[in-house]
Amino acid sequence: MNNLIGVYTIWYRDVLRFWYDKARMFSALLFPVFFLVIFGAGLTQSIGMMAEGVDFIQFMYPGIIAMSVLMGAFMSGVSIVWDREYGFLKEVLVAPISRISVAVGRTLGSATVATIQGIMILVLAPIVDVSLTVWMVVALIPLSFLLAASMGSLGILLASRVKSTEAFQAIMQMLMFPMMFLSGVFFPMQNLPSWMSVIVKINPASYGVAAIRQVVLGNPPDSPFTITLFGHAMGIWENIGVMAAFGLVMSILAMWSFGRQE
Amino acid sequence: MSEYIIQVENLVKKYGQLAAVNDISFGVESGEIFGFLGPNGAGKTTTINILCTLARPTSGKATLDGYDVVKQQNQVRQSIGLVFQDSSLDDRLTGLHNLRFHAMVYNVPKSVRDERIEQVLRMVDLWDKRKNFVRTYSGGMKRRLELARGLLHYPKVLFLDEPTLGLDPQTRNYIWDYILDLRKREGTTIFLTTHYMDEAEKANRIAIIDHGKLVAMDTPAKLKRMVARDIITVKTRDNEKAAENIRERYRTDVRKDGDTLVFDVDNGEEFLPDFISESGIKVTSISLRHPTLEDVFLKITGHEIRDEEVGDTLKEALRRGGPMRH
Repeated sequence: MNNLIGVYTIWYRDVLRFWYDKARMFSALLFPVFFLVIFGAGLTQSIGMMAEGVDFIQFMYPGIIAMSVLMGAFMSGVSIVWDREYGFLKEVLVAPISRISVAVGRTLGSATVATIQGIMILVLAPIVDVSLTVWMVVALIPLSFLLAASMGSLGILLASRVKSTEAFQAIMQMLMFPMMFLSGVFFPMQNLPSWMSVIVKINPASYGVAAIRQVVLGNPPDSPFTITLFGHAMGIWENIGVMAAFGLVMSILAMWSFGRQE
Repeated sequence: MSEYIIQVENLVKKYGQLAAVNDISFGVESGEIFGFLGPNGAGKTTTINILCTLARPTSGKATLDGYDVVKQQNQVRQSIGLVFQDSSLDDRLTGLHNLRFHAMVYNVPKSVRDERIEQVLRMVDLWDKRKNFVRTYSGGMKRRLELARGLLHYPKVLFLDEPTLGLDPQTRNYIWDYILDLRKREGTTIFLTTHYMDEAEKANRIAIIDHGKLVAMDTPAKLKRMVARDIITVKTRDNEKAAENIRERYRTDVRKDGDTLVFDVDNGEEFLPDFISESGIKVTSISLRHPTLEDVFLKITGHEIRDEEVGDTLKEALRRGGPMRH
């Protein structure tokens, strides 16, 4: 019982902090808009149609939603390192709640914030001429949450291992940017050089991006946006399965590691 | 030995080859102020971290309120409050949020939560500032908020790790008033580390730790008596006769200093009335100076700051009165 309250409290704090941090909320919206506007305006005309009825900016749009979620999720690790730096982590670690509930609360908290950040991007849908349905919005919430929780666990795992803020930020940059750029946010999976194709398929974020794209742009069987794994075109549930499996492994590792730290 | 609320037996904490805490044992009585004194790196913070479950001992055993600090972490955590030397507040939230958060994780019943938050906030005079973000607080206000937070769940033991470090004298006094008042009202046991000798004087008992070892433990008065005696300065109508009298009756060396006599005795408080009524010589003035804990500390550890850790440049800076704190 106490641990449930602990999970709730840690989650509540994350959400509260986000609510009060208007600058963070604003930048969470601004950064993706930059990408969308600049790449969209710059490339849409010259690239032409990506698929039937889908131009580049429309193709990129679900990727941008996923990118917002990913960026929000990585914040979970960053905020643990910040809490350590500013001392608040000590208050959390001496509280009479288990380390596991701290890690779980943290994961859920940052996943909630990341989901909100991703859903915020939906207000841009009319601008890029993507028609939203209620079902789409309803489906995107759990999907974003799952992607955020999986990636957030990875962040927490790293934060419990890497103690210095500088080192953590360096590792985060090294990990976050390749994971974002090599996840199919900006380009389709087909016709990639084989080395790149391998990296994209190893990158767990790709499956989240693909699933979100499948929800937003529909899921035709011969869509050029699907990931083909060993000759098999991944459907939306299979993508979700990969993401969930990755998230499960990461969260178990994160809880174990976070629980052991002194 | 169950009258001890904290009991430490043969505690060892090693970081690699280095023993930060090297086989120490002590007990803290319920309701006392227990002072932990030692130079930086002596093992004070490591010991506190073990007692409040932030670090695991390499070997040895420690219990707090009967709970084992390794095996019963949650019970130990519920029994303690902490005020750290570094802030552990969430400065992106308000004072009220910080306390609410604390009340929730420490399971303060919902029915008394708001009432208790108001009580502790008023105690540290922060009720009016409760809705301000902590990052707008001054250093003293932050420390007071931490104190309020540490008390919110009525801990049995309050750990104060350098609670007034870096604060101005006025705020220090302020904070101490709260602490002493709290102990009187709630009977809270207080475990204190400090660099300020006048603060250490407030402790009922003091443990001196050096190089990870416990080198002395007693009341401040006894510790001081152990290493140095009380110094008496006296002026009489007939100093010659008085000096002879003192030498004979109290068997101590008397030194003449101008028109006063200076000597030391074991127990100044007992000496004064005895001397004034029994010597038969008219005393015109008399004063008593106790040795300070500083004297004790220096004599027992043989140093103020560990020599081998202080480079020549630092020593030089110290000699010139440089900005080093110890």
